[in-house]
Amino acid sequence: MDHDREMHPQQWEMLMDLMELEFTLVELNLFLDTHPEDAEALRMFNRVSREFDVVKREYGQMFGPLVNFGHCTSEGEWKWLDMPWPWQINAPMARRD
Amino acid sequence: MWLYEKKLEYPVSVQGPNPKLAKAVITQYGGPDGELAASLRYLTQRYTMPIKEGIGTLTDIGTEELAHMEIVAAIVYNLIKDASIEEIKEAGLEGYYADHDKALYFVNGDGVPWTAAYIQSKGDPITDLHEDMAAEQKARSTYEYLIQLSDDPGVTDALRFLREREVVHFQRFGETLMKVQEYYEHPRYM
Repeated sequence: MDHDREMHPQQWEMLMDLMELEFTLVELNLFLDTHPEDAEALRMFNRVSREFDVVKREYGQMFGPLVNFGHCTSEGEWKWLDMPWPWQINAPMARRD
Repeated sequence: MWLYEKKLEYPVSVQGPNPKLAKAVITQYGGPDGELAASLRYLTQRYTMPIKEGIGTLTDIGTEELAHMEIVAAIVYNLIKDASIEEIKEAGLEGYYADHDKALYFVNGDGVPWTAAYIQSKGDPITDLHEDMAAEQKARSTYEYLIQLSDDPGVTDALRFLREREVVHFQRFGETLMKVQEYYEHPRYM
């Protein structure tokens, strides 16, 4: 039984963009938890959060919801079940520095 | 309430079947200093944190640890999914295979199942945050040992990411500890 599915290169590119944006947000979120009065970090968090939201919506419309429970719509059909799930992807080593 | 995002926090690539490496890496899934222990420790300690910075930090790091658990699972799953019975035997994974086939289960590298005794929730926030800082250091050490053991560059890359996260979490818990200490010296409203 092999669940591997080839991911469309464009989907992979967008997923990597989402990973980069969200990693920035994870870092800023944790930093703000212990530095809630840091105005510069807050500005950056809000700016990147808006950017993340745009790419997340765009990704969702093309490849299905990124987040469950209604945080992304599934246009036309129920795409939440579409393969591959995250652990079924063997990431290309490209784009790593 | 939790949400699931259909992506890994960091991409995982593996070169091919390597059950010997999987046997070592699985300790970060269900071992004493692994990601399950980390996540459950922080998420259960947060209820008795006296300040909002502590509650937020434990909630968010506890949540990020679940994403790390998924990265470790993705590594282990991909290292064993195409392994032959011969390779399973050579890696000394027969015992695991007999109980779990190639399924993911919470054990350390020697097959010892996860136990809640790995974690503590003491009710004293100073004590709990010291435990959390120690836990991050123990996990960092484990990732360093796993990096030494890894013969797969893609796995090493993901392990390096996970190691770095332990360093950041240690820093954030240290800052939280200072804030809790300040709170006890000068009590304030949340």
